[in-house]
Order: sequence, then C-alpha cells, then structure tokens
Amino acid sequence: MKALCWHGKNDIRYETVPDPEIEDPRDAIINVSSCAICGSDLHLFHHFMPSMKSGDIVGHEFMGEVMEVGSEVKHLKVGDRVVVPFTITCGECDQCRRGNFSLCERSNRNKAMADKVFGHAGAGLFGYSHLTGGYAGGQAEYVRVPFADETHIQVPDTLTDEQVLFLGDIFPTGWQAAVQCDIEPTDTVVIWGAGPVGQFCVRSAVLLGAKQVIVIDNVPERLSMAQAGGAIPLNFDEESVLGRLNDLTHGKGPEKCIDAVGLESHVPRSPDSMYDRVKQSLWMENDRAHVLREMIYVCRPGGVLSIPGVYSGLVDKIPMGQLMNKALSVRSGQTHVRRWTDDLVRRIDEGQIDPSFVITHSVGLDEGPEMYNIFRNKQDGCVKVVLKP
Amino acid sequence: MNRSHSYMSHSLHGSDRLARGLGWFSIGLGLYKMLAPRKLTEPLGMEGFEPMVRACGAREIACGVGALSTNPSLALWSRVGGDAMDLAALAAALRDKHNPKKENVGVALAAVGAITALDLVCASRIKKRYAYQAGPTPDYSDRSGFPRPAEAMRGTAGDFETPRDMRAALPSPAKSPGERVTPTTRSPNG
Ligand SMILES: NC(=O)c1ccc[n+]([C@@H]2O[C@H](COP(=O)([O-])OP(=O)(O)OC[C@H]3O[C@@H](n4cnc5c(N)ncnc54)[C@H](O)[C@@H]3O)[C@@H](O)[C@H]2O)c1
Ligand SMILES: [Zn+2]
Ligand SMILES: [Zn+2]
Repeated sequence: MKALCWHGKNDIRYETVPDPEIEDPRDAIINVSSCAICGSDLHLFHHFMPSMKSGDIVGHEFMGEVMEVGSEVKHLKVGDRVVVPFTITCGECDQCRRGNFSLCERSNRNKAMADKVFGHAGAGLFGYSHLTGGYAGGQAEYVRVPFADETHIQVPDTLTDEQVLFLGDIFPTGWQAAVQCDIEPTDTVVIWGAGPVGQFCVRSAVLLGAKQVIVIDNVPERLSMAQAGGAIPLNFDEESVLGRLNDLTHGKGPEKCIDAVGLESHVPRSPDSMYDRVKQSLWMENDRAHVLREMIYVCRPGGVLSIPGVYSGLVDKIPMGQLMNKALSVRSGQTHVRRWTDDLVRRIDEGQIDPSFVITHSVGLDEGPEMYNIFRNKQDGCVKVVLKP
Repeated sequence: MNRSHSYMSHSLHGSDRLARGLGWFSIGLGLYKMLAPRKLTEPLGMEGFEPMVRACGAREIACGVGALSTNPSLALWSRVGGDAMDLAALAAALRDKHNPKKENVGVALAAVGAITALDLVCASRIKKRYAYQAGPTPDYSDRSGFPRPAEAMRGTAGDFETPRDMRAALPSPAKSPGERVTPTTRSPNG
C-alpha cells in the first residue's frame, strides 16, 4: 500500500510499504477514505518528538471503512464506516473506566520504555513515535486499529467525511480544552493559537456559553476564521497581548486561558522567544514555552490554564512563583477522544456545528509530503489539510 | 497543481539537500579554520591573520548549525554575507604587493567564488520555499462552522454539564461580586 513515512527532520515521503495485517484478535483493519495533517504532525516533521524511526508511517487523524476484523471483535463488522480516535483505548483498565482514555494503561505496547521517561506513561497513539507504542499511522491506504471494539467512533452515513473526520482529534481536543475551563457565563476565555485546534476551542467556548472569547495569533486569515466563529481577534504582531487583554477585562485579566500552540510558539521580537530558540537548537531545552509564560502572567488570579498544546520534554524559565501565588489551576493532556464523541456526533448531526469549515486544502495522499511544507509555512492560506488516499 | 508527481511526494527538495550539504560543509570548514588556521594562512601568504581566520571559523560553524535547522533560510543568507567578507579579505591579499603567494590566493578566490554562487542559489531557492505566509491571504470571514451567526450560538451547548473531574479547582473568580462562598465549617462531631 501507499503511505506517508517519516525519514528525519523535514523529511516525509510518499512510499510503498507492506499492507497491515491483523496481529491480535481484537484488531481491525480500516480502509482509509480520508485523513488529515495535524499540528502535532509538525512536531514530528521538525523532529521535536523523540523515538521516531526512519520509515515510521505517520498520521493520527483518519477514518474509513472496516475491511477486516479479528476473531474477538464484537461491535464492528466489515463495511462499517468509522472515525478512529488518535488515542488507542482498551476500555477496560482503571483509567479507561474513568473516561481518561488518553491514559489507557494497556494500549501502549512500549510502556516499559515510556514509563522510564514519564514515570508512568499514557496510552498508545497512532503514528506518534515509539514512546507512544510505535503504531503505524493513518496517512496511509490501510491501518491496523488495535482494541478496535473501543477504538472507533460510529458515524451516521448521512454525514460526509469532511463533517466527521475531525471527531478523531481536533474537534474533541478543542472541546476538551474548553470543558477543562469549566466555563461560566461570566467568563472571558482566551485562546493562544488560531490553528485548527484553536478554531475548535473558539467554537467550543462559544457553544459552552463564555461571555467573551479572544483568540491570539499573527496569521491574518486564521484570525479572520476565528472571528467568524465568534472570537475577538488579537494579532500579537500588531498589539500588546497584555494591554489588549486588560482592556477587554476591565484590568482584571481573563479567567480562563487555553494554550493551543504547544512547543513551537514563535514570537519574532520577544527576547524570551529568541532565548528559547537558541536553547532549543543547542538541545539545552526541548520546548519553547513563550505561551505558557504569557498565560501565567496575564491570567486572572484563581483562573484556569487549559493546555491542549503538545509539549515534549523539558522547558525553561517557567514562572512558578506567579503560578503558585496566583493560585492558578493547570489542566492538560492528550484528548480523551471517546469520552466526548457521542455527544459531539449528536451536535454535528443536529446541525449545531459543521466542522468542515476548517478545511482549506483537500488533495491526494501523494501530495501529502509537500502539504507538510505548505501547512508548516502557512502558505496559500492553509489552515487544515485533508488527504485522500 | 501542475507540479510533477515526484516533486510532490518528497517533502525534501533538491534545495533542501543542498542546504544540508552546505551546512555540514560549513561546520567542517569552520572546525578546520578554528583548529588549524595556520594551514590556511601560510599557503595564502597571510601569516598573522590567524585570529581573523579563527573568528571566520566560528561564524562558519554557527551558519552550519543554522543551515541544518528546521528553517535554514537565515543561516544561508548569513553564509552569503560571510562569503562576501572572505572574498574581500582574499581580494585584499591579492592586491598586497608583498604577498609572495598570489597564485594560491587566486585559486582560493575562485573556489570561494564558486561556493558563493552555490550559497546564493541555495539561499534564494530556500527563501522562496520557506517564505512564511507566502501566497494569497484568503478571506475566511464566512467560515464560521455555525448554522446561525456566532452570537446566536452562544451557550447552545447549555445542556452540557462539566464533569466533576473537570470543574475549576477554585470557585470561579468570574462572578464578580458573585456568589459568596462560605468557609468550610467544622462538622458538628469535631
Ligand atoms: N492535546 C491533544 O490531544 C492535541 C490534539 C491535537 C493537537 N494538539 C496540539 O495543539 C497544538 C496546535 O495544533 P494545531 O493543529 O492548531 O497547529 P498549528 O501549528 O496549525 O497552530 C498553531 C498556531 O499557533 C500560532 N502561534 C505560534 N506562536 C504563537 C504565540 N506565541 N501566540 C499565539 N499564537 C501563536 C501559529 O501561528 C499557529 O497558527 C499543537 O501543539 C498540537 O500538537 C494537541
Ligand atoms: Zn493531532
Ligand atoms: Zn485502557
């Protein structure tokens, strides 16, 4: 089959690889009809995630038709149309029972190695390094889905691929980021990053009834898309983040802050950003933490920091004194996708939201490698890329 | 899109590979200049210029590391700038009446000239490929994702209740002055 494979920094290739096979009786094989490139894939593209191996198949946002099922799969049959959550979940372990699906204790088959790094590791993920199980990803024609009975989302045939594909990752990610803020009708919610995840944070915060939603970025078309969804745009190239946020909150600061940027924040003229770049390129820290610092600083005391943005390891100069003295709560994590998706399928089906608004590019899988460049450089108005195998 | 198939199916293009080659070359040459500057100054008749050669070496190494990074653009233009400095220094050596090794200087000038051309070609190609936000800035102001104006959608998911494990740890500071939270009282049994 054809798939997109990782071969090192900036190096993704469209290649022929062996077809996946059922390896465990609980597996299913999916024939991918649509997949997408996620901001998280850019962290792989830039080689910020450790434990990638040359030839690894990437991609964790995908959907398609069930082609084959293992002997112990009960709730899926050949021909079913499913979206696959990027977090692989067994559904039976302590964490899965609590709905903490991204912390599944069984699905990471490299758990021993990951435990050494994390103390105690989380779930297996598709196409996201060997620390998360080394599972082949979904930017491919076919994918093996482990624990298939639990690791799938059934979707109605009346909805198109474009409407449901993002249930596997970025829609529930934006939703969980907003839910973790425990939004009240008097809240101001600020979202750093107007990428695909930030866009869904905006819509989720609006649906959940925030008084005011503000989005920060410097890419004009992403800001205008966020504004369309009900956010007040703040371009950090043109105005002061602190000043504008204080203006909008009567000098008190926002109650709820969401980091939808992650480890590659870029602010061309800020000294801490330059410091991070130098340290990161010399392997003295893993992640650039400008957004974390800014959130901690601007947040109203007693507020919540919700962090869906991905971080990989060590960061430097985190103002713990501000965080502690302001009594801020921090909530983070990979998304517990399945926890939210039944509710979100209903909301799409009822017409509350149509997630396809975010798609700006839809091309064949063979053009995927070049789309990584275009998405990364935000060229051509690119916000979200869908690939068709 | 009318780009050829093979062009699209690799994210690394020829110019990226060239940038990497120049990056490693830059690091190698930089180390050589730092560690053995006399091996360059002697054959060029430029004895006494070792500290300058060492400084150039440091510059080459920095540019090399940059050229191997996720965005090599700036490092490649810095290399072009460095090349210009090297060319100027060599041209001065060529004009120096007392330099006994002008032939070697001529050869070095030609070599640096060739590298400069390569750096220039690479830098300008990479600049185009990595141009941040290049291309049109489309108008996405109609992409709300909502069936009605965003204002009308506010609170539509009012039926959703935050799960217990995701409630804010502190009473919301938002409800100013808000509900008064009473301090927890001691239970009657102590
Ligand atoms: N927790 C999860 O389960 C989960 C799931 C999906 C994605 N993610 C993560 O969410 C993050 C965003 O993903 P995406 O797909 O939207 O990626 P993206 O790269 O398209 O978006 C990031 C946006 O942040 C902006 N940005 C950069 N620096 C900024 C700054 N200092 N202030 C404000 N904005 C800034 C960029 O211009 C860009 O528009 C990534 O880190 C990704 O890995 C997490
Ligand atoms: Zn993702
Ligand atoms: Zn589990």
